[in-house]
Amino acid sequence: MPFKILSNQKLSENVFQMDVEAPLVARSRKAGQFVIISVDEDTGERIPLTISGVNPEKGSIRLIYQRVGKATAQMAQLGEGDALGYIVGPLGKPTHIEKFGTVVCVGGGIGAAPLLPIAMALKEAGNTIISILGARNQELLILEDDFRAVSDELIVLTDDGSYGRKGLVTEPLKEVCSRDPKPDFAIAIGPAIMMKFCCETTKEFSVPTQVSLNTIMVDGTGMCGGCRVEIGGETKFVCVDGPEFDGHKVNFDLMMKRMGAYKVLEQKAFDNFNNHKCKIGLNQ
Amino acid sequence: MTNSEKLLQQLIEKQNAGELKAKDRYAIPCQDMPAQNGGQRRGNMKEVALGYTKIQARLEAMRCLQCKNAPCVEGCPVRIRIRDFVVAIAEGKDEEALAIVKENSLLPAVCGRVSPQEVQCQERCTVGKKFKDPEKSVSIGRLERYVADLAKSDSDIPKVASPTGKKVAIIGSGPGGIVVAADIRRAGHEVTVFEAFHKPGGVLVYGIPEFRLPKSIVQEEIDVLKKMGVEIVCNFIVGRTRTVKELMEEDGYDAVYIGVGAGLPKFMNIEGEHLVGVYSANEYLTRANLMKAYEFGRGADTPIAVSKNVAVLGGGNVAMDSARMAVRLGAENVYLVYRRSEKEMPARIEEVHHAKEEGVQFCTLQNPKRILGNEQGNVTGMECLRYELGELDDSGRRRPVAIDGSEFVMDVDTVIVAIGNGANPLIEQTTPDLEFNKWGNIVVDENCKTSVDAVYAGGDIVLGSATVILAMGQGRMAAAAMNRYLAE
Ligand SMILES: Cc1cc2nc3c(=O)[nH]c(=O)nc-3n(C[C@H](O)[C@H](O)[C@H](O)COP(=O)(O)OP(=O)(O)OC[C@H]3O[C@@H](n4cnc5c(N)ncnc54)[C@H](O)[C@@H]3O)c2cc1C
Ligand SMILES: Cc1cc2nc3c(=O)[nH]c(=O)nc-3n(C[C@H](O)[C@H](O)[C@H](O)COP(=O)(O)OP(=O)(O)OC[C@H]3O[C@@H](n4cnc5c(N)ncnc54)[C@H](O)[C@@H]3O)c2cc1C
Ligand code: SF4
Ligand code: FES
Repeated sequence: MPFKILSNQKLSENVFQMDVEAPLVARSRKAGQFVIISVDEDTGERIPLTISGVNPEKGSIRLIYQRVGKATAQMAQLGEGDALGYIVGPLGKPTHIEKFGTVVCVGGGIGAAPLLPIAMALKEAGNTIISILGARNQELLILEDDFRAVSDELIVLTDDGSYGRKGLVTEPLKEVCSRDPKPDFAIAIGPAIMMKFCCETTKEFSVPTQVSLNTIMVDGTGMCGGCRVEIGGETKFVCVDGPEFDGHKVNFDLMMKRMGAYKVLEQKAFDNFNNHKCKIGLNQ
Repeated sequence: MTNSEKLLQQLIEKQNAGELKAKDRYAIPCQDMPAQNGGQRRGNMKEVALGYTKIQARLEAMRCLQCKNAPCVEGCPVRIRIRDFVVAIAEGKDEEALAIVKENSLLPAVCGRVSPQEVQCQERCTVGKKFKDPEKSVSIGRLERYVADLAKSDSDIPKVASPTGKKVAIIGSGPGGIVVAADIRRAGHEVTVFEAFHKPGGVLVYGIPEFRLPKSIVQEEIDVLKKMGVEIVCNFIVGRTRTVKELMEEDGYDAVYIGVGAGLPKFMNIEGEHLVGVYSANEYLTRANLMKAYEFGRGADTPIAVSKNVAVLGGGNVAMDSARMAVRLGAENVYLVYRRSEKEMPARIEEVHHAKEEGVQFCTLQNPKRILGNEQGNVTGMECLRYELGELDDSGRRRPVAIDGSEFVMDVDTVIVAIGNGANPLIEQTTPDLEFNKWGNIVVDENCKTSVDAVYAGGDIVLGSATVILAMGQGRMAAAAMNRYLAE
């Protein structure tokens, strides 16, 4: 199977959007599911990425990814006509979509990408959507227009105030939760630390909150247990039991520690990759 | 002329004269298989056991008494005509020997290397009984490997009958799936094998390491399938990419074989098991084998822990493989922690020997109580308890009993849990009418047929964690039944 890349655009400094052929995945995929891809069939790392959208006619899926390490940096260098090594999926349980009433959707950084299809599905199911999008700075803010289109109310913030409100997503989240009536449901997707604090906020107001976890993975089929997390004291595998869980039950501290498992090695690989890149000067 | 050559020549003369007596046979020394030496192989991934030479194979085969009742065959799960192929080797007819093995076993190069012969054919062997030592039995497994390795890969692509217009889907490309694919394709049906991973072969590729089973051997078997016209589709997860029902109702498959293996790692459920540096054996071995983490930074991109002191929990083949892999990844101390005694270890004897030669330290009658970690969540040690053996339990082995107050801390930075696999629930969750038992294994009848028409299953998903040869045996049975069903 070819997995041909149809387009690969830069959305912001380190965020890219790739449309790539994967007809079998495009056909079965539902909101909330993800794929595992590898840039190279033989030696590449398997990395999980959320399916942010599909084009059924072209049999393609859309991936929005942040350049954080070697694999994503390699992806960023590919263009139309190139191909990924492989794509497997769709993985994970689809989001449970129903009419809750009013739903707050909180997206932090790249988390906006996996959040978008869920917000769209919730909107379609008749919910009122309040979206809160946060990013470190204006450069890193993505998908604002898409969220404006799907939301009844949109609040945009940056950490440094370079665009929209200045501050962290938990502040407007708290305000929205304090309204009367309070929202019926919340979804938070973003860095683990952001999800942790969002959950602490909504817990105060007893607003049920769903999060989508982005642990390190290998197979994505429940075979290795590398993606395990603790949910309400029980061990769960993010790839098969998730990726979405009741945020009030997630042991975020443990999860964050596990996500740092390969930091040193990954940094080395990324540095090597960047050095190598400079030397041959092909990708400036 | 070496001593072995001289001995062989004398024996051949006696054999030709019809004068080779049992006494002579008993006198032939057991032939050890040459191996890379323990120190050298700690530093490489190459196969450890190097296989018999022709002289060794013939000498070993001459140890066989050619028993009338051939008790060894009774011990073989797929009833290979063991006596006959061993006799053929003794007579120098290696090709004939291979043909006999192939009648019943499709993957002799694999089984010769990984089957637990000491609890199968070799356990029953009269020679071992005579010496009251199963390790002195005729080395049937090594002989099987010897003849299998002689085969040139291209020489025998099985014949395929003319097309029948029927289509069969095989889910999972482990040893069971490979055998079913070959047997069904031979009958002229179209066959597609669906595999979740990016490479076919199942546990033979992602679990069992290169140093025990070279990947090229598995690849050759896969290539044979391809040459027979079997289509192999990787990166396809049945239950996610398509369901069993969709394959049958929408994609036109007339029958399905489910051979998805066990594939759900068990943990101990003790404190500290989520710390960084605690792996399931599946994860550790997948990173190391399939993803080639031993070449991290030198071409491969998947990282694995850089460990100094490693504890491996368990006493089976999976534990041995993990421990020996950790040695090769550079750990200074590798401890194999097992709560029973060495005698009860389910691993193949050869693997236990090899692990010891490579410096794996056996800590038997010990079991972890909890895993200790630091602020950053990294493993810093493991608290263990000592055990003693008590009464016999249900499995007929003496039950290990913890000794009160025997706690001690083992200094480790990595812990690999190798205590077995349960059944992966994906197929169960996505195939409504299929019947499963309470452990999540698929229920089948004596033909490996499931509760759903035209759907068959075998291997670890039916048997629980079993063996390569049992998975193949079930595959054979299922394929025969499926061919009968499709012919109706
Ligand atoms: C279900 C799921 C959905 C995801 N969806 C998206 C998405 O839509 N867009 C996106 O940009 N990212 C997504 N991620 C995270 C993405 O998988 C990682 O950013 C990616 O693996 C990094 O690879 P790398 O080689 O570029 O970086 P590395 O050098 O490998 O790592 C850099 C950082 O990424 C984290 N990371 C490394 N490997 C993995 C891994 N296998 N899984 C998760 N995190 C890892 C590390 O903790 C590290 O901090 C998702 C993760 C999961 C589990
Ligand atoms: C480390 C290790 C060492 C072992 N050592 C030995 C040994 O020395 N001797 C011995 O006899 N046995 C050994 N075993 C056991 C032996 O490997 C298994 O019993 C045997 O491989 C089972 O074969 P199987 O046909 O059931 O499939 P498996 O080999 O388990 O393969 C199943 C395949 O199905 C794929 N799959 C799973 N789910 C899906 C899905 N939904 N869709 C598509 N594909 C799917 C998997 O990715 C896998 O490739 C060992 C096992 C392990 C893990
Ligand atoms: S039991 Fe042993 S000695 Fe007897 S036929 Fe079999 S291999 Fe030969
Ligand atoms: S990624 Fe291996 S079990 Fe989830």
